[in-house]
Amino acid sequence: MKNTTGLFALPARILHWLMAAMILAMLFIGVGMVASVSERHAWLLRIHKPLGIAILLLAVVRLAVRLRYPPPPLPADLPVLQKLAAHASHWLLYALMIAMPLVGWAMLSAGGYPVMLSDALRLPPIFPTSPTAFAILRHLHSWLAMLLFLTFLAHMAAALYHGLIRRDGVLASMVGRRRGA
Amino acid sequence: MPESPTSQKRPRHLGAWVLIVAVIAVTVTAFGYVGGWLAPQRLTPKRLVDQFETNAGVHPGYRRNHAKGVCVAGYFESNGQAAPYSVAQVFAPGQRTPVVGRFAIPGSNPYAPDSSIPIRSMALRFALANGQQWRTGMNSMPVFPVATPQAFYAQLQAQQPDPATGKPDPQKVAAFFAAHPETAAFRAWAKTAKPSASFATESYWSLDAFVFTGPDGQRHAVRWQMVPQSASDDAAAPASDVDYLAADLHQRLAHGPLQWKLLVTLANPGDPTDDATKTWPADRQIIDAGTLVVDSEQAQDSGPCRDINYDPTVLPNGIAPSDDPLLPARSAAYADSYLRRTSEEAHLPGSARPSATTPPETQR
Repeated sequence: MKNTTGLFALPARILHWLMAAMILAMLFIGVGMVASVSERHAWLLRIHKPLGIAILLLAVVRLAVRLRYPPPPLPADLPVLQKLAAHASHWLLYALMIAMPLVGWAMLSAGGYPVMLSDALRLPPIFPTSPTAFAILRHLHSWLAMLLFLTFLAHMAAALYHGLIRRDGVLASMVGRRRGA
Repeated sequence: MPESPTSQKRPRHLGAWVLIVAVIAVTVTAFGYVGGWLAPQRLTPKRLVDQFETNAGVHPGYRRNHAKGVCVAGYFESNGQAAPYSVAQVFAPGQRTPVVGRFAIPGSNPYAPDSSIPIRSMALRFALANGQQWRTGMNSMPVFPVATPQAFYAQLQAQQPDPATGKPDPQKVAAFFAAHPETAAFRAWAKTAKPSASFATESYWSLDAFVFTGPDGQRHAVRWQMVPQSASDDAAAPASDVDYLAADLHQRLAHGPLQWKLLVTLANPGDPTDDATKTWPADRQIIDAGTLVVDSEQAQDSGPCRDINYDPTVLPNGIAPSDDPLLPARSAAYADSYLRRTSEEAHLPGSARPSATTPPETQR
């Protein structure tokens, strides 16, 4: 099944912009909460865990949507290297939006913490208790967050480059305007 | 001389490029500010824990505060009297909840003499049957010296040893107390407090306030206290022995379990919940919630308490943090300390290496 509309399907667009806001918020919440000793630390932490699980669930839905509705092809005249970078960064983003919540969940499990999403809702542990595993997963969570932030910056810069400089319909395909409209 | 046409024209899409660079720069700057890298004045968990290391050196694998301690285990038996005030399963009538705990003394030096400080601490992790947990870290004094993380940081800075003498500068310490009159209640307590000869004869206070939620949905501001059922034997601490607390605990447990009563104090409206330097009036309602039984002990470098972060904000449904500003600071700083010591245990690159032997370099 080929995409001939030049647009991302509506469910894909909704998921993209919703998750863009959630993931960007999540990155700021994450670095903010570990750099604060104030009440901010407590309430950011309370948002961080359920938001992370929500992102994990939506990422799975989004993968299914992507397989069901193929995205529009990149412009034919886009240099090969840029095409390659686009595909690689998209799959990296998918990998990170699934890996980050799982690493966070596993890290809390390894640290022996109850994984509480609210006052009473608790997720089961997904990793055996181990201080070594906790330390590795906790550092991994930070490094993957930095990688996600850098990939996001590249993604945003590329989107603006397509929209403002190349004006080739790539940004429009996600905003929802048809080429030339 | 004809100029080349391109040098006269503005570069193509200059405005768009500037916009793209500006958007990236603003995002990166905001991220750097929120993450603390571009906010050097902000008190962060890292700066707090760094100050502990500055004051007492790095002791790899150990907690950055309350470094010297011993693991214990046992259980809490609820009598049901707190159940009308909190839905936490740990308070259900007749409920027995396993506990992994830790007795310790404050300070970052795991080899400090037990007589070096009159404070003892008790940390507990209740593992509730429903999988939730209640973690608490209590001290053997009714009030904390300061009310805010900023004041606590200032106190640590004031206590930083002078490189010339190896001891805190008394003038700086005096200046800190003069600038912080809220420390008066703690100082009055400290004036008469003596290092106890036993962990078993001490009372341990939650210091911070918490909020219970009852089955009727009503919220109650509380503080709690573990009251020993072992008689205080008033014998002066044997000053010659630096490690008498662990020996005493070992000896007592050889004769049978140790017990504490968990007393929960209910605040009246208007009692401060955000200020751990102030006690509540003595006439407040007190609930006897049950009995803590400690029946075994383990060395802290191999026992089950070693890898537990006694973060007082890890709480079950029915207990919540209050608006006490020390609570999020404790949570954040304990997490930082926990990552440092687990990284050291894991021998991760960049972390300090735990020594195989335990050099009593600071024993005196």
